Amino acid sequence: MIELHGVTVERDGRAVLRDINLKLPERRVGIIGANGSGKSTLVRLFNGLLLPSRGEVLVDGLSTRKNGKEVRRKVGFVFQNPDNQIVYPTVGEDLAFGLKSPGRSKSETADIVDACLAAYGLSHLKTRLTHQLSGGEKQLVAIAGVTIMQPEYIVFDEPTTLLDLGNTKKIMQLIHDIEQTVFLVSHDLDHLADFERLICIHEGRIHADGAPGEVLRQYRELFA
Amino acid sequence: MIDTFYIAGNSFLHRLPAAAKLVFIAMLGTAVFLCRDLYYVGAALVGIIALYGVAHVPPGMMFRQLKFSLILLAIIFSVQWLVADWQTGLLIILRFAVLILAASLVTLTTRTSDMVEALERILQPLRHFGLDVAKVSLCLSLTIRFIPEVARITQQVREAQRARGLEHSILAVAMPVIIRLLRMADEIAEAIEARTVSEDTPR
Repeated sequence: MIELHGVTVERDGRAVLRDINLKLPERRVGIIGANGSGKSTLVRLFNGLLLPSRGEVLVDGLSTRKNGKEVRRKVGFVFQNPDNQIVYPTVGEDLAFGLKSPGRSKSETADIVDACLAAYGLSHLKTRLTHQLSGGEKQLVAIAGVTIMQPEYIVFDEPTTLLDLGNTKKIMQLIHDIEQTVFLVSHDLDHLADFERLICIHEGRIHADGAPGEVLRQYRELFA
Repeated sequence: MIDTFYIAGNSFLHRLPAAAKLVFIAMLGTAVFLCRDLYYVGAALVGIIALYGVAHVPPGMMFRQLKFSLILLAIIFSVQWLVADWQTGLLIILRFAVLILAASLVTLTTRTSDMVEALERILQPLRHFGLDVAKVSLCLSLTIRFIPEVARITQQVREAQRARGLEHSILAVAMPVIIRLLRMADEIAEAIEARTVSEDTPR
């Protein structure tokens, strides 16, 4: 479970998040809010990409400040733009990034990559150059690159913003079917209707938190 | 724009270890720059062109490797002709052609991951002098990976500025490109940080 205790994040002397307290035991949690509200800042705290200015973030009892590596092993992160997440020129090579470990042989790594490619229906793209893929294929590769590390939690930060309708549906179906605990930041409220819990961030504070219907109503009221 | 790095195949050159190819490039580069005989350098060029046949790389692909350097080679040749003689100009551009084609051939027949691994092995002794070999190899793969992305961003910005009638303003193109590249660099660093879970993964 991810927990935030009295978390404040300050940037350039301004509080981006203020005194956030959360316990997140649910398997599907959506995070909504206007641009600049602090929702991306909030989820960056979950895997230690960002450390709080005050307070503490715990993942299964591990502090993101003291146990960065262990926390990143538990919490995967899928970014909005897959172009900036894929670091190797070909699909197969990119999936192998992160699997490098002294105790793992080259053939073992290759087997894990092949199995992952097959699971995502990407086997035919193994030797394809990543910059030649379509937007949907790139996002699939980015997600595969995260799940291959077998994290227990995955944060999706607006993963469908750059995609067309068809690819958005495909990625959302994948997110719904994924076995890990999911934290999804999205502006598309339809995607979050069947989530267990929604959190609405407004001006760095939790504006609403609970079942989707009520949180969405309060979020819409903000802009009525 | 460079849009092809590796061509899958099973030729002798594809099967040759990446480290051997990198050592060959280093030796060839040294040899052609020490050699002042036009005929030997010309023979090296013919030899490299023959190796493209051995690797089953289509001729069109070979010419594309040189296409982007033609203007630069023409300038070098002209300047050398003016300040020295045409033989010197020819010798210099032949040297460059040999190196460009040889380096491209290695890239076309070697997977980036194999090249990175070979580089890591070659640089291993420098660890004792404080060199972070994993970081160097990650830099190499990132460079290869993001060449097309940089070209794509530049193209997008040029199109946008053309729409505003600013296609001839270097500043109007350079500033947005630099800003986007800096932002992209931040996001890539963040993504690498997020994907770094093993002690052996470079950061």
